[in-house]
Amino acid sequence: MTRYCGMGALALAAAALTQACTGARADEDRHAPPHDISATHADSGAFAQPGAAKPGEWTLPGRDFAGTRFSPLAQITPDNVKSLKVAWTFSTGVLHGHEGQPLVVGSTMYLVTPFPNIVYALDLANPTGPAKWVYKPNPDPASQGEACCDIVNRGASYGDGKIVFNTLDNHTIALDAKTGKVAWSVRMGDINLGETTTMAPLIIGDKVITGISGAELGVRGRLAALDLATGREVWKAYSTGPDTDVLIGPDFKAFYPSDQGKDLGVSTWTPDQWKIGGGTTWGWVTYDPGLHLLYYGTANPGVWNPDMRPGDNKWSMTIFARDPDTGKARWAYQLTPHDRWDYDGVNESIPVDLPINGQPRKLLVHFDRNGFAYTMDRTTGQVLLADPYQYTNWATGIDLKTGRPEEVPAKRTKEGVNTTDICPSSTGGRDQQPAAYSPLTHLLYTPTTNLCMDYKGVHTSYIAGTPYVGAEVMMYPGPGGNRGEFIAWDPVAGKKVWGIKERFPVWTGALVTGGGLVFYGTMDGWVKAVDARSGTVLWQFKSGSGHIGNFITYAGPDGKQYVAVYAGVGGWAGAAVFGLSPDDPTGALGFVNAMKDLGDYTAPGGMLYVFALP
Amino acid sequence: MSSRFRSRLGALSATGLLLTAAVPAPRHLRVCADPNNLPFSNRREEGFENRIANLVATDLHASVAYTWWAQRRGFIRNTLNAGRCDVVMGVPADDEMVRTTRPYYASTYVFLTRRADHLDLRSLDDPRLRRLRIGLHFIGDDYHNTPPAQALARRGIVRNVAGYSIYGDYSKPNPPARLVDAVARGEIDVALVWGPFAGYFGRRSAVPLVLAPVPEDTGPTGVPFVFHIAAGVRHGDTALQARLDRVLQARRSDIEAILSRYGVPLAGKEPT
Repeated sequence: MTRYCGMGALALAAAALTQACTGARADEDRHAPPHDISATHADSGAFAQPGAAKPGEWTLPGRDFAGTRFSPLAQITPDNVKSLKVAWTFSTGVLHGHEGQPLVVGSTMYLVTPFPNIVYALDLANPTGPAKWVYKPNPDPASQGEACCDIVNRGASYGDGKIVFNTLDNHTIALDAKTGKVAWSVRMGDINLGETTTMAPLIIGDKVITGISGAELGVRGRLAALDLATGREVWKAYSTGPDTDVLIGPDFKAFYPSDQGKDLGVSTWTPDQWKIGGGTTWGWVTYDPGLHLLYYGTANPGVWNPDMRPGDNKWSMTIFARDPDTGKARWAYQLTPHDRWDYDGVNESIPVDLPINGQPRKLLVHFDRNGFAYTMDRTTGQVLLADPYQYTNWATGIDLKTGRPEEVPAKRTKEGVNTTDICPSSTGGRDQQPAAYSPLTHLLYTPTTNLCMDYKGVHTSYIAGTPYVGAEVMMYPGPGGNRGEFIAWDPVAGKKVWGIKERFPVWTGALVTGGGLVFYGTMDGWVKAVDARSGTVLWQFKSGSGHIGNFITYAGPDGKQYVAVYAGVGGWAGAAVFGLSPDDPTGALGFVNAMKDLGDYTAPGGMLYVFALP
Repeated sequence: MSSRFRSRLGALSATGLLLTAAVPAPRHLRVCADPNNLPFSNRREEGFENRIANLVATDLHASVAYTWWAQRRGFIRNTLNAGRCDVVMGVPADDEMVRTTRPYYASTYVFLTRRADHLDLRSLDDPRLRRLRIGLHFIGDDYHNTPPAQALARRGIVRNVAGYSIYGDYSKPNPPARLVDAVARGEIDVALVWGPFAGYFGRRSAVPLVLAPVPEDTGPTGVPFVFHIAAGVRHGDTALQARLDRVLQARRSDIEAILSRYGVPLAGKEPT
């Protein structure tokens, strides 16, 4: 890794160096606005955000390497947010679920749509004019039939003058950010084997880190690093199989005994089942340049019902810490051994530095689908705290001595047996939609889902000429009846600080700003600005379609602070608006039952909304 | 979507309207089917569901117009419910995603073995199933699986079971056939497989194979192995359903003859 302070002032090194590269001062900005936009909050200016570009930019999926989704911009404040208005809009021309977020590099905004994965480069000096360029990768239409949960895309990363993104048919493509010309394109998977790609790659130094989807279909999960300059594969780390495939070597030191031992990716499965073992990598990747470790989670084990695959099924449902240069694992922690609920472990893990019992600690905060929020030591993988952040009854807690969940036997699913009232449902206390962390409040802000499920009975359905019998998963609102809640979470105390209940699951990623505001959106189409400390909703706006994308903020060439988010309901949660029959409540893996009324509130759409003060 | 299909689509939706509007002589019966899934269907219309659809269309004074779509998650949503066609052949008679006709055949899961091995398996409780190498189709789809997977798991038979994807490698012909090949090649000793696959591909195997129905799994947690198969139309399309029912009933013996030609083991009848 040589380019620490490259074009666009992408900072790729230690915190001190980053500070020097990025600065927190608008006057260093190549694309500096004509007047000082009083952009940064006095305190947040001192918060090192390795990987973050200039204060007015958003060049990585989670803005910085840690994925804090914190921006120091402070023009929009709790006092003036009531005047926020739509500044401009842009139709993506695609109607499916719009997850992910745009990027802003200099005075250009880059969008990646759901399938067919069109990339737009919009000139922020003239956002209503023609796009600077448009790139259409024309992915294989058959990939739509492979994707499990709508044909989403979670966005791109910028580095070294390139926009790098994934297509549903498994191509990782680097485009010249200026011209939209293909720098390289590499096929990372095969749709004929059930593989698709929806995740946003993360650029770390001179490497592109990218994953794969399709655990349901027997895909063997892996994470790969590509050379940013050429697209050549540098390493590939499988989630199952022998240590040599998982890139577990002498440097590996798992904290808990049940994660220690040789070739656990083989021995915790029935013979050969690890070859179709799932553990895909469709969530977010984060990175701590201080420790030089990247973090990500793996998905559910495939493909049998739990009774057919006795054992822990490693390394499904696992947080890995790896050296980005070699891919070698430093530690691993399996969140949900022997999954029976589809609680994928792919949600983001955010590095934050906070004191625990008065001692400064290097922490990793992870809201797992299994309903627990984990505060871990990111150097070792030790769990320091794990508390439920939504109503959770499948386990009474996480044993901090063994790291294992304390399961409630009555809530263990078995195919063909009625197991009722399991909370959270397979959707999790939360799915991939990422949290934000504010260095000003030391709180995380996260969307959540409040659904429970029955996993029962013998249900016949039909695929590929074969009647098959499945568990019938039926989801419904959890206690209180609200299906979602947006919460502020104290990762040191392991406690919710405030929460805003919502009718539907909250499926947008959060944004928190130096101005002290938090932004999130709802599936019925509301954009909300909230006081980061009190949780008071200060402003809201109804969009044309529901939100499942992630908010960003940036400084325009005119010196104003803008907030941007996609509207475009869909995704797993939004399947109900795409003609899944309400007559089959088990549709979308049981999600349809819980979302029957979504169509009463919103309809498909694919728009970018951009807001600013008048 | 092939360009051939695209050019047809406009014309088809118009004729589809005619069909549902009870006009006596519609020109097209719009069927959605998998282009690569013998013995059921393929793009060359060589499957038994292709033949049965032709039979039905002839009696309705129509010809079959296909929309080809791989049978995966979202198949019904993207085909029937998206208006791309009006009929899907070969759905379980209790399928809730569609409105079904009366079933036109019933088949069963079978034990498929090599003739030379003389295993003669007749029961899931046969102790030999604990040591034989067993192959099954897996579905995935969040832990939904075929009935044999459930029945074996309940008996604790898991360590000697290998999974073969029902989706397989779609770039190869008839992906689910790999499970039958695995028996022929000696990769496994027995496949517990849906009858139509076993009957059709078993007959074509160079290594002689035999099949026997998996008997009913009794008890309160038993799983079914026999499934009644019907045609599916959109919910609410009662007119088309009634029309299909009349033809399927009238042509019962012709349908049985087709199924027999494809080696489909019919439930309640000893396989030939």
